[in-house]
This record gives sequence, C-alpha cells and structure tokens, in this order.
Amino acid sequence: MNHVPAPASITGTARPRLVVIGNGMAGMRTVEELLSRAPDKYDITVFGAEPRVNYNRIMLSPLLSGEKTFDEIVINTAEWYQENNITLHSGDPVITIDRARQTVITQNGHEIAYDQLLLATGSDPIMIPLPGKDLPGVVTFRDVDDVDVMLKAAATGGPAVVIGGGLLGLEAAVGLQARGMSVTVLHLAGHVMERQLDPSAGYLLQQELQRRGINVITGADTGEIIGIDCVTGVRLKDGTMIPADLVVMAVGIRPNGRLAAASGLTVERGVVVDDFMATSDPAISAVGECVQHRGQCYGLVAPLFEMAKSCADRLAEIAAGGYAGSVTSTKLKVTGVDVFSAGDFSGGDTCEEIVFRDAGRGVYKRLVLEDGRIKGAVLYGDTSDGAWYFQMLKDGTDITSLRDTLAFGQAFAGGSAGNPKDAVAALPDDAEICGCNGVCKGTIVNAITAKGLTTLDEVKSHTKASASCGSCSGLVENLLAFTLGDGYEAAALKPICTCTDHDHDSVRHLIRAQGLKSMPAVMQALEWKTADGCHVCRPALNFYLLAAWPGEYVDHAASRFINERVHANIQKDGTYSVVPRMWGGLTNPRELRAIADVADKFDIPTVKVTGGQRIDLLGVKKEDLPAVWADLNAAGMVSGHAYGKSLRTVKTCVGSEWCRFGTQKSMSMGVELEKMTWGSWTPHKFKMAVSGCPRNCAEATIKDFGVVATDGGWDLHVGGNGGIHVRATDLLCKVTTEDEVREYCGAFMQLYREEARYLERTAPWIERVGLKHVQDRVVEDAENRKSLFARFLKSQETAQIDPWAERAKDGVDAHEFKHLVAAE
Amino acid sequence: MTDMLNWIDVGPVEGIPLQGARTLQTRTDRIAIFRTLDQQVFALLDRCPHKDGPLAQGIVHGHFVTCPLHNMVFSLETGQAQGPDDGCAAKVEVKIIEGSVHVGLTPSQMGKRHEG
Ligand code: SRM
Ligand SMILES: Cc1cc2nc3c(=O)[nH]c(=O)nc-3n(C[C@H](O)[C@H](O)[C@H](O)COP(=O)(O)OP(=O)(O)OC[C@H]3O[C@@H](n4cnc5c(N)ncnc54)[C@H](O)[C@@H]3O)c2cc1C
Ligand code: SF4
Ligand code: FES
Repeated sequence: MNHVPAPASITGTARPRLVVIGNGMAGMRTVEELLSRAPDKYDITVFGAEPRVNYNRIMLSPLLSGEKTFDEIVINTAEWYQENNITLHSGDPVITIDRARQTVITQNGHEIAYDQLLLATGSDPIMIPLPGKDLPGVVTFRDVDDVDVMLKAAATGGPAVVIGGGLLGLEAAVGLQARGMSVTVLHLAGHVMERQLDPSAGYLLQQELQRRGINVITGADTGEIIGIDCVTGVRLKDGTMIPADLVVMAVGIRPNGRLAAASGLTVERGVVVDDFMATSDPAISAVGECVQHRGQCYGLVAPLFEMAKSCADRLAEIAAGGYAGSVTSTKLKVTGVDVFSAGDFSGGDTCEEIVFRDAGRGVYKRLVLEDGRIKGAVLYGDTSDGAWYFQMLKDGTDITSLRDTLAFGQAFAGGSAGNPKDAVAALPDDAEICGCNGVCKGTIVNAITAKGLTTLDEVKSHTKASASCGSCSGLVENLLAFTLGDGYEAAALKPICTCTDHDHDSVRHLIRAQGLKSMPAVMQALEWKTADGCHVCRPALNFYLLAAWPGEYVDHAASRFINERVHANIQKDGTYSVVPRMWGGLTNPRELRAIADVADKFDIPTVKVTGGQRIDLLGVKKEDLPAVWADLNAAGMVSGHAYGKSLRTVKTCVGSEWCRFGTQKSMSMGVELEKMTWGSWTPHKFKMAVSGCPRNCAEATIKDFGVVATDGGWDLHVGGNGGIHVRATDLLCKVTTEDEVREYCGAFMQLYREEARYLERTAPWIERVGLKHVQDRVVEDAENRKSLFARFLKSQETAQIDPWAERAKDGVDAHEFKHLVAAE
Repeated sequence: MTDMLNWIDVGPVEGIPLQGARTLQTRTDRIAIFRTLDQQVFALLDRCPHKDGPLAQGIVHGHFVTCPLHNMVFSLETGQAQGPDDGCAAKVEVKIIEGSVHVGLTPSQMGKRHEG
C-alpha cells in the first residue's frame, strides 16, 4: 500500500523535505493542516509502524463492538496520500534519527534526509510487569492488531478479563461483551474511571455495567496472569482466581519518547516542546501524545488537534500565537451510557459546588464553581448539557446570574430539586412504610384519597401507619403532602445534618424500602447535597446499612470514628487504651498473667480496673497496638469493644454460685449473654448486667438490659442509664427459664438495632417510643419476638469476628498503625 | 517561601487510605497527610490547635477533617476551623509527582528523628 510519487528532481522542484514519523492521528492532522495552509511547501514523507493507512484510533471501540468496520474508521485513504504527493512507508518504523546528518533510518534500512522532521509517535500502552504477561492471549488496547487478537478470542465466546476500569478498559469490556464474551473488569481504585469521575458518578456507571452483565471488581490488585501455553486466568493478590481466555491490559499509556531520547532531544515525561511545537532541536517538531507541553501530557484527541494547528503554522512559517495548553473533557463511548466530565471537579475551599441528583431518572450532576465561574463538571445519565457547561468553562463565563438554575441545564423551563417528598413519591405502591404494622404506601395513599384524610392523626387511626413507634411519621407526612399537594404543610423534621433534608427515621425506612445497599447508593437515591457526606451522617449511614444488610454490606472504615477504626480508645495525648473482654467480669490467673506481661513488655504506664468489671491498659502507643493484641489473643482474650457503639460489658455479681442470698446463677447467665451478644453493632453503646437476687449488686437497673434473679425466675429490665441523666430501668416482663432470658435479650437488642436512631441510647429511645411499644413487640407478640431473635442471631453470624485478631494476625488495616517514611 | 522547602518522597498515593490519612514523623513535628475521596492529597501538622488532637485520625469528608478528640472541623486546604470554632491547623506543602506523594519540609523539619 506504499505510495511513492515521482522524485522532486524529476518534477524539477527542489522543495524542502518534511519527514513525519508516526502515521497516527496527530501526525496526519498536522499534515492536513499544513496542506491547507501551504499545499506545495514541502516534499512530504511519512513513516508509520503500523502496516496500514491512517485511521481514527478512537473508533477502535466501535470497531471492537461491531458498530463500525475498518473502512468506516479510515481517515486518509491511499488515494489521499497519492493526490497530495505524500510518500507513505507504512509497516516500516524509524529506528534512528541522525540529527547531525539530518537523516532518519528505518527498520527496512531506508535512510532518508530531512530539512524538517515531525515526531508524532503517540504513546505506548502500559504493561504491568506481572508474571504471565507475555502469554498468548494477553493484549493491550491500542491498535487494529490488538482488536484482531480480541476478535479472534471472542469468536469462541468464553471468559475475558480486562485489567483497568478506566475509559479504555470499560470500552474494551463493553465491546467484548457485545461480542459474546463474559467479561470481568478488575480495577485497583475504589470506583471505575476515578480520574474522570467522582465516586457518585463512578458508582452509577458501575451499577449500569453490572446491570448489563459485566462483572466489575473494584479494589482488585492483580497478582499474576496464569497459563502454560496461553492464558487461562488471572489471580488476584488476595488469592481470588478468575478464569480467562483473553486478558486485556488497559491500565494507562506512557508517551512514546524513545526515539527522541535516543537522538538526544530533551525528553521528560514526553518530548518537551514549546508553544510552537518545536523540540530542543529547531529542525524537529513534535505533536500528539508523545509530547510534553508546559509540563502537561495529553491522552485525548482534542488537545492534539490544537497542537496540529500551531505546528502547521510554524511549518508553514505563519506567525501565530502558538498553543497555550488545553482544558479537556471526557465522554465514554458506550451506547446507552451517558457520562461526561470536564475540568477540575475536585472542588475545595474556595469553590462552591452544585450537586443535582434525580434518583428517578438516574441522573447525577455536579458542577464546581469558583469566583462565579465553572471550574469542573461531572455529569451522569444526562449529558446533554455537557457541551454547554464545557464551553462556559473554557470561556470562563460569569454564571452568577444563572447560578440558581444552572444545574437544570441550558433549556431550563422550571422545576424543583429533589426533596424528601419526591423520595416517597418515587416509591412503588407496595413499599412498606410502617414496619410496625405492615402498612404499605398504596394503602396509605388510597386511604388519604378515598376517605379524604388530611392529618397525620387521621392516617394513624384509619391505617395504623405510624401508630406504634412513630418512626415512619416523617414518611407519612410526606405522603400526605405529596397526595394532597400544596394544601398540606408537613411538620418539619430535623434532618440528619446539612448534607440532606431527610431525618434519621426516614433514611432508615428508605434504605430498606428501596433496597439501598451502599453509601453511594443511599446518597444518590436520597439526593444527598454533598459528594461524600460528613462526620455526622457517614457513621450513621454506615450503621444503618450494617443493620439493614447483615453479612452483605461491607463495613466502611473511613466512616467510623477513630476508636472504632483502630479498636481501641483514643486518649487525650493521642495514645490508646486497651480493654480485653472479661466475660461476665470473670478472669483467671492465666489472663491476669498475660495482662501483666503485656504491661511490662510494652511499658504500659497505667493498669486500671474499670467501672465495667474489667481491666484497662492505658497509654499504649498506636504502633504497638497490633503486637499488644497479638499477645492478648495468645492468652485467649478478644476485644472488649470498650470503644464501640456496640455491646460493651455484661456485669455480674457472684450469684447463687457463691453468694448465700443468691437465687440463680448470675455469673454463668451473664457469661452466656455476653457470648451471645458480643461483637454486635448497635445505635449507641449497649450495656448489660445480671444480678443474682433483688439486692442487685451488679446495678442491673441502670443498664440497657438488666436481669435480676428472683426466687421463681428472672425479672427483665430495659432502658436504664448511668451517665449524664441517670434513668432507672422499666420492668419489661418476668420470665422463668434461661432460654427465655436469652431470647428476650436478643429480641430486645434487635428491636433497638432496627428502630433507634444512631447515637440514641435505649433510655431516650424508650422514652420516645414508649415502653408499651417495646412490650407489644417483644413480650405480647411471641411470633414477632421469635423473628426478631432469629434476625439477631443471623446478623451475629458475621459479626463475631475478633477485630484484634484480624489486625494482629491478618494485617487488616495495617496502614493505620504504620507511619509513612521517606523513600530512599 | 516554597523554594526553601526540601521535597521528600513518601511513596505512592495509594499508600494513604482513601478518605483517610497517614503520618510522617519529622525531626520536629508529626505531619498528617490526607487523601480525599476525589484523589487529592493534603497535609497539616498532626496537631489540633484546640488540644493537640491527632488530626490524622479524624474522619475525612470532602476537603475537611473532623478532629477525633472534640469534633472541630478543619479545612484541609487552608487549615481554617469551620463553623463557629476559631483556630487554624498548620498547613504543610504537599504535591503529587507521577503518582508519588512529595511533602515539602522546612529545614528544621529535615533529618531523621533518631539520628545519631
Ligand atoms: C474506662 C471507663 C472508666 C473506668 O475506668 O472505669 C470509662 C471510660 C470512658 N467512658 Fe464511660 N467508662 C467506663 C464505664 C462507664 C460507666 C459504668 C458502667 O458501665 O457500669 C458509665 C455509666 C453507665 C452507663 O453507661 O449508663 C459510663 C458512662 C459514660 C458516658 C455517659 C453515657 C450516657 O449515656 O450518658 C460516656 C459518654 C458517651 O458515651 O457519650 C462515657 C464515655 C467514656 C469514654 C469512652 C470517653 C471517651 O469517649 O473517650 C471513656 C474512655 C476512657 C478509655 O479510654 O477507656 N462513659 N462509663 C469505664 C469502662 C467500662 C468498660 O469496662 O468498658
Ligand atoms: C481504544 C481507544 C479509544 C480512544 N477513545 C478516545 C476518545 O473517545 N476520545 C479521545 O479524545 N481520545 C480517545 N483515544 C485516544 C486517541 O486515540 C489518542 O489520543 C490519539 O490517537 C493520539 O494520537 P497520536 O497521533 O499522538 O498517536 P497515535 O494515534 O497512536 O499515532 C502514533 C503512531 O505512530 C506510530 N509510531 C510509533 N513509533 C513509530 C516509529 N518509530 N516509526 C514510525 N511510526 C511510529 C504508531 O504505530 C502509531 O500508529 C482513544 C484511544 C484508544 C486506543
Ligand atoms: S467520667 Fe468517664 S468520661 Fe469522664 S473523665 Fe472519667 S472516664 Fe472520662
Ligand atoms: S483537640 Fe481537636 S477538637 Fe479538641
């Protein structure tokens, strides 16, 4: 396909010779620009490593998916080169530039002289140096040859793995899936396309890909590519094996400045050029992904086309302003998925941000403003205004007068941002609103319209919704407002924090009603006003999700207070205290010896008996924590959760095991309760005590759940509190067997876990909902008690993992305990 | 001012947990280096102006951190306390170069802590 026009000497014109290295997008665009400025100025020769004419590289994705053919993505045909008298040597890379003699030498041994040389060598896809990377079936995604390999693999169906969830990786994944492969995307960061998208948009995109059947694994660190003659799978560093007939490595690109560097040009990350695309040698220019301009390297075509213009100006010797760098925007080319990002959307102190979420339409927009101007934008679901925002961003348009309606786009015609009313409006009719009485949305709305109800009390008496604990009253109010229209003024509920208009109870209900299973899911569906919440709402959401989806939701460490993150109590000087569990307040010489040894070994300054009947080691250095725990674990001790919104202590008195007044075995009862309940997360801390007789030496009547033995059985007390406002317990009921104590205890704890607001202890919770509500559900309704208890035990299945052992032995969160050090 | 700093490479950005922080001990101070959800990196002295709380151990949200001891909220960009509280946490220069976090130390912060 090489075209060699008649030599200049024959046609009689001795024009200066321009040699172009790289037959790609930037190089050929520069030639086109040059031809439009000065058609006959140069005698042009082009060398391309790829054995084909110039094509539109960004269309490789539709080529892969089958939406386009190669002919459709060709930019310049062989005839074009001919018509413009350009000599094309394709499939013959240049291997040397001899700057002294001003010639280039190719692999096939051609040596050609130049007056002006243009470097447009693009970039190399990065190949992570993993074991197995050279196996057949492992490809990058850069040129037509790569697509051919992929199509060959796809012909037999089978599994494919794409390493890298950036723009290219996702386009490869979608293409391979369209060709019938079952695709897994492995991505190291926490969400896909993290360079272009914020976590909220990344989450939405990931949801969409999963919905289409592409398996996306984030936080995936690839360890090895497996196979003997050809690739058969990928192993993650955590041991997970994923079978694969094809592995696409799409982890990024590196500017290709090898040839330039070898010839002594200045090359940093890329070939360094000035605003006129001249390299350190005035006879050599460079354009495209291989260059570094004002410290910046680009990986998108828009900047390359700008560079092409400036370079053409220079080659045509036209005086112009030069290239001043580009602001870029990104769009994902996946049919049916609308994603757009531009500029710097990271926000910051001097910036304001407008977040618009429309959960119903799956739309998310985030605009970052600074000094009344758009600085960055992320759009998901509706990108129709992307170009409009991008133009204003590039122009630095003052948007102050548009600010209030900016998020609604260019064609704004009125409307309102999301609010709690819209959230209930979006619920399906069979969504349960009142959990206590099992009333769903349809029933309430029907009652309101059919019976002409206009107040919360009327709804309560007609439907029983919100008639029990009342935690759904906010939702019912919003249903009234939504059904009755503007005529209804909903009582103002206190939002969790300034990140949202929703109150605690509504959020809890909506998490279950809408099946929201992650923090980004809640924030999107409930239209959070900030990108990642704050220290008030995040720990609350984390608990609500943990309580709603036990065993499924993965605890989010970054949303916990430091005590719960490092499993020890922070002290005023930044050291920690460590309290091992002492079941029911009982210990033995072996444990005491281990505690003494630990205190000696780690120079722990204070050892104290706590008010909760156990021993506190105070003043432990953070970096010593894992080693301290390892030693305590070795003696059979686990975390006492003295730091957690979780089960704390179960105090006991000696009881009938020793005491002359004791009527029941309070020590063993206490130990049993503690073994059953330890490790469970609760809205606030939860304390218990078991006394062996009504003298109540274990102070059970100021505990969240207190058990006092009597002659015939056990009195069960709830809602006690020492602390700031002392509150004595209420008597929940009397039971006779130990099994009943366990069942009532678990059921009560579960009710508290499901209904109370985050950071609300049992005392204020019971005062709010009333003792009767608790008795109705735990005592009177045996069926309900059993199912509460069953749910409690179910969630305990995955809760009773000693956090200390995980950190001491398995290195969980190891970064928490190590300082950074300077690299050598 | 900035050009008097000594830039120290403390390793890849991924070494700092997302929405979290790690610390770097210098001769004179401990520095808290934060990584926010949008992949930016900030640094403050790991010492709350209120009562010396270790800021690295607070909850990171947006470009803010909440002190673990008494919940004051500080801007990671300026160190300024937010809301009604007064105070300013000391800012430290930090930048990312090719995926590595570089911290700008003053001459007095330079050198290893247990040198000699
Ligand atoms: C260590 C201990 C004091 C002691 O040396 O005895 C203690 C220490 C702290 N208590 Fe306590 N409380 C301790 C028993 C108690 C008791 C007595 C009891 O449990 O029988 C009470 C009253 C009973 C109650 O909770 O109803 C108690 C009521 C509080 C309160 C007030 C709670 C309330 O609802 O009003 C707080 C503040 C809070 O939780 O917000 C608190 C908070 C704290 C914190 C966690 C303060 C903090 O946030 O840093 C202290 C941690 C120090 C540390 O590092 O260990 N501590 N605290 C006791 C640990 C018991 C254990 O083995 O786990
Ligand atoms: C699958 C895919 C999808 C993309 N999607 C988009 C998108 O949606 N939007 C967007 O803006 N950008 C996209 N891009 C990026 C875009 O294609 C590149 O930015 C653009 O192609 C870079 O142009 P270039 O001329 O610098 O490099 P290239 O187009 O890569 O051209 C360089 C050429 O030089 C050749 N070469 C290298 N060394 C030598 C040598 N020594 N001798 C001779 N020839 C040599 C190479 O073989 C290559 O053909 C995508 C890229 C890929 C791979
Ligand atoms: S009463 Fe509790 S919170 Fe107060 S100083 Fe003592 S241990 Fe700390
Ligand atoms: S020490 Fe930081 S808020 Fe008190």
